[in-house]
Amino acid sequence: MDTPIGVLLIRPLSIYIQQELSKRYTLFKFWQVPPDLRRDFLGKHSDSIKAVVGNGVQGADSELIDALPLLEIVASHSSGLDKIDLEKCRERGIRVTYTPDELTDEVADMAILLTLATLRRICEADRYVRSGEWKYADFRLTTKLSGKSVGIIGLGRIGSAIAKRAEAFGCSINYHSRSQKPNSRYKYYHSVIDLASDSQILIVACALTRETRHIVDCDVIDALGRNGVVINIARGSHIDEAALVSALVEGRLGGAGLDVLENEPEVPDRLLGLDNVVLSPHVGASTVETRKAMADLVVENLEAHFLNKPLLTPVI
Amino acid sequence: MAEGLQITKIQQSPEIIVLGPPSVFRTHGKEFSSRFRALRPWESPLPLAQFLAAQAQNTQAALCSGTFSLSAAVLDNLPSLRLVVTTSAGVNHIDLSECRRRGIAVANAATIFSADVADLAVGLLLDVLRKISAGNRYVKNGFWPKQGAYPLGFKLGGKQVGIVGLGSIGLEVAKRLEAFGCAISYYSRNKKPSVSYVFYPDLRKLAATSDILVVCCALTEQTHHMIDREVLLALGKEGVIVNIARGAVVDEKELVACLQQGEIGGAGLDVFENEPHVPKELFEHDNVVLSPHFGVFTEESFGDLYELMCGNLEAFFSNKPLLSLVSEE
Repeated sequence: MDTPIGVLLIRPLSIYIQQELSKRYTLFKFWQVPPDLRRDFLGKHSDSIKAVVGNGVQGADSELIDALPLLEIVASHSSGLDKIDLEKCRERGIRVTYTPDELTDEVADMAILLTLATLRRICEADRYVRSGEWKYADFRLTTKLSGKSVGIIGLGRIGSAIAKRAEAFGCSINYHSRSQKPNSRYKYYHSVIDLASDSQILIVACALTRETRHIVDCDVIDALGRNGVVINIARGSHIDEAALVSALVEGRLGGAGLDVLENEPEVPDRLLGLDNVVLSPHVGASTVETRKAMADLVVENLEAHFLNKPLLTPVI
Repeated sequence: MAEGLQITKIQQSPEIIVLGPPSVFRTHGKEFSSRFRALRPWESPLPLAQFLAAQAQNTQAALCSGTFSLSAAVLDNLPSLRLVVTTSAGVNHIDLSECRRRGIAVANAATIFSADVADLAVGLLLDVLRKISAGNRYVKNGFWPKQGAYPLGFKLGGKQVGIVGLGSIGLEVAKRLEAFGCAISYYSRNKKPSVSYVFYPDLRKLAATSDILVVCCALTEQTHHMIDREVLLALGKEGVIVNIARGAVVDEKELVACLQQGEIGGAGLDVFENEPHVPKELFEHDNVVLSPHFGVFTEESFGDLYELMCGNLEAFFSNKPLLSLVSEE
């Protein structure tokens, strides 16, 4: 009789994926283990865990991979790969899969939503009505989105989807990418600082690599300026968070809409009281529809692997 | 010395009775009062009727806010009135047939607000689906590290959107939502020959086939409470309604009941029947996003409005064509 295959699920993700994985494998729920007991837990189950399912918040780092000698595959419930030690996986011959396309539209939608919420103060306005303040005075004036210049860092799947939406608002599109896209009608900027100077809204939509860490630094923030707004739906580490917080607190930057933070779920205290900052808990891809599509793809990749069939969306 | 000349110049310029006052007066009132001779009844202890009787018998032009009820009774106290400039796009607060009868022209804000209002419609809709206001509260209240399950949102792409009223605002909403991958249908008084969207002559049928209804029509006798319980039930338990038009197009009591009963999935509302009063039952719901009738409250729109309203007034007093005359329909 085959030994049941153990799958370590790092984060809850969805009831749906938990059910689908439990039907097929022995499911270990990592998030339910208190942090100080995790090493022992891994030791206890390392003889059966052959797969890890992580996401964009927590994946498979070096320590985890070392603790699982029988690990064969990391099937990531994400399109970002920065939470996986890819080098270690290559060394150990561990396969890695991801979910590249399933969340493109949702994340692009979130980028526009964060932009609207930040410029038009939608969250603050909702609070203003609920608190009863509207009975006494009209709301303040906000900032128009339509027609503004949008600068996108990274014109991949998500960046392109954001550009398409922003165009429908009459926005002009500027972008920075590792290299200029040959058939693009958008304006290319080799320098992120120049991109920020020429854009009223800066949206981070690139992958996190060594090169793009802190791609939005204090110089870029200065270039964006007092009336500029930065939107991040990529990874917290794309932005020098300390520089961002200072700029916002000191009024040197107009506002920020952030779905991701450098040390999430920790939030810098100084951001909490700022009305020109909109925060969301890394939910860019968190819709019922997307979660199901991503879960299905994770399960399909795992099934293919354990049946020795070709992986659907391999990275390694 | 220059100031004295300035005052004389204003005294010679035509007077305008300001009714409301409109919100644009908060930002541009001082500038307006240095450009025109503005009669400001709210600064007087007299009730409006008496003020008008005393001060405005020769006044030919009025600047009116979108919430001031310009009724026959008010017009009775403005016997010389020839022009009303309203700062709103909507004209439901003006007795148009009375104005017509008395030969008073009406100018409004035309389409200068359409982009901003459409932007807000999309923002409210995305907020209801993706719960950004709830999420922002969640993070700022410190709940994220405690790993409480954050409820999933819903995808916008691929949804059927029904636009109620395909005027300037409706078209701007349609254009934006198409880019998000939505399929667009509409209900309007008449089919629009130049658009490719699917036309429904029956509002209930539009609601039945839509996942999302966006209310973009003017408030008239015909559209009052047009979105009633039947329409809401047709929209259905997962349906979302967004209203950036006028509160009274929707039967607010029925909307509240449907939300309480789970008969519709969510609502994004910038307007209400009895502003600034908002039914407190709406505060109980996380699938409801509320805003204080601020669809046009941007620096840019207020600037554009100021230019347009002054432009209309100056055109009138120079016997030139008005910039945004409301035509009879």
